[in-house]
Amino acid sequence: MAAIDQAPLSPPALRILRSTLWAGARLISIVLLLAAWELVVRSGIVTPFQLPALGNVLERIWNDAVSGDLAINTAVTLYRAMIGFFIAAAGGIALGMAMSRNAIARWFFDPLISVGFPMPKIAFLPVVILWLGVFDISKITMIVFDAIFPVVAATVIAIQGVERELIWSARNMGARERELLWQIILPAALPTIMTGLQVALPLSLIVAVVTEMLMGGYGLGGAMMTASRFANSPGVFAGIVEIAVVGYALVKAMALIRRRLLIWHQEAAEPYTQ
Amino acid sequence: MKQSLIRYLPLLLLAAGWELAARLELVSSTALPPLSDVIAAWIDMIKDGELVSNGASSLYRAGAGLALSVIVGTLLGISMAWWKPVNVLVAPLVEIFYPLPKSALIPVTVIWLGFGDGSKILLIFLGCMLPVTIGAFNGARSSEQVLVWSARSMGANRLRMLWDVVLPSAMPELLNGIRTALALAFILLVSSELIVAQKGFGYLIGFLGANGSYDAMYAVVFTVAFLGFAADRIYQTFVHRVLLWRQ
Repeated sequence: MAAIDQAPLSPPALRILRSTLWAGARLISIVLLLAAWELVVRSGIVTPFQLPALGNVLERIWNDAVSGDLAINTAVTLYRAMIGFFIAAAGGIALGMAMSRNAIARWFFDPLISVGFPMPKIAFLPVVILWLGVFDISKITMIVFDAIFPVVAATVIAIQGVERELIWSARNMGARERELLWQIILPAALPTIMTGLQVALPLSLIVAVVTEMLMGGYGLGGAMMTASRFANSPGVFAGIVEIAVVGYALVKAMALIRRRLLIWHQEAAEPYTQ
Repeated sequence: MKQSLIRYLPLLLLAAGWELAARLELVSSTALPPLSDVIAAWIDMIKDGELVSNGASSLYRAGAGLALSVIVGTLLGISMAWWKPVNVLVAPLVEIFYPLPKSALIPVTVIWLGFGDGSKILLIFLGCMLPVTIGAFNGARSSEQVLVWSARSMGANRLRMLWDVVLPSAMPELLNGIRTALALAFILLVSSELIVAQKGFGYLIGFLGANGSYDAMYAVVFTVAFLGFAADRIYQTFVHRVLLWRQ
């Protein structure tokens, strides 16, 4: 808001200079954070166990990368997260469409979705372990169980929100139900469905990491838990950095896909936020 | 009454199907103990206080962490929208840490604060703070310029404007962010307690599961799930009240 006060008064050159300075200033906080980390470690306020030096953490990540562990763990975690995500996406969209087109499906699933959505589904993990064991199948089941709710909810809302006029005109021009669904309703509902998918994707990664932490085995979460058991704190911090990078990449990729898929939609013309 | 019965009939049907499947031994009774046994186990645990004492310590952790995150997150988000230097400093950090699955912080909070309440409260605080911050930031940023200008022309100073114009118009998005945080608090609570704890719901679930008393384990699992659901419903009723002036 301060910027709004001053901007109209300054000449163009000054404004460009100012915006470059602000952009550069964005790096300051990251540099400050890293400097503070190093400073706290050097000062000896905390033990290396509580906060290992940045160098040690980077070294650990480097070693993981060289030995191939990092690639395997990332691949395993991403594999679980993505399989779960795609099942949740396909199943969620299908279920959401069934619910908005069939009264019986809506009657049956609506209370299940509205009760299940806000539940902390991770509490069901021991039950899923009891049924399916501790291997991939139960991890992926947990991911689907968690990630399907936002997709279903978004699909139902999206299809409800499709303009009546669009559907009427398509019918009027002789579209059959099938064509109506694929050519009118789904494209018109896509922006909102994508929003649901954008919630489901990070959720899939979160659940993948948590289930790995709880059940052990390969994967970024499992590796981190192993490091934690052996009181290897550089390993724990390296795990956080690795998981953060994967999460960041996933969120960015999803935003990119959204822009590509919705290039025809008016939102693509709006200034890009996030 | 009748309407809500029809609405929630599918849940009752599922419950009946569960009881039948277990009683007819279509599934093994260790994997799925009959619903009536689960209810009996739940009543037992309420009677001997096990569920109440563990529940109280879980709710204390979730409540403390969530309260901290709401206070700090709101202040941070509104300052980000109001003072550009704060935004420039904080926004990159928010952008980096927002996609991080917060449960990855569980081992770190344990390294810092040990196995007790402190590490869980810190975890819930850190995990829930960003959704609140982003909600407050987006809400405060979108406060209508016309309102801001008219308040200024009527001689309101910056602080007055913050309180009278920016905070109310930030409310809907802020409250939405807090709703996300509320759900996250339960998730982080349960996952951290399942991994390391000496009391709480997650500990109780793990302990009962390891002992093979699956009916009691199911009872605790459903208690947690119900509390998460009920908290969300109560919160939504509260939000509806708060935002009544908007209509």
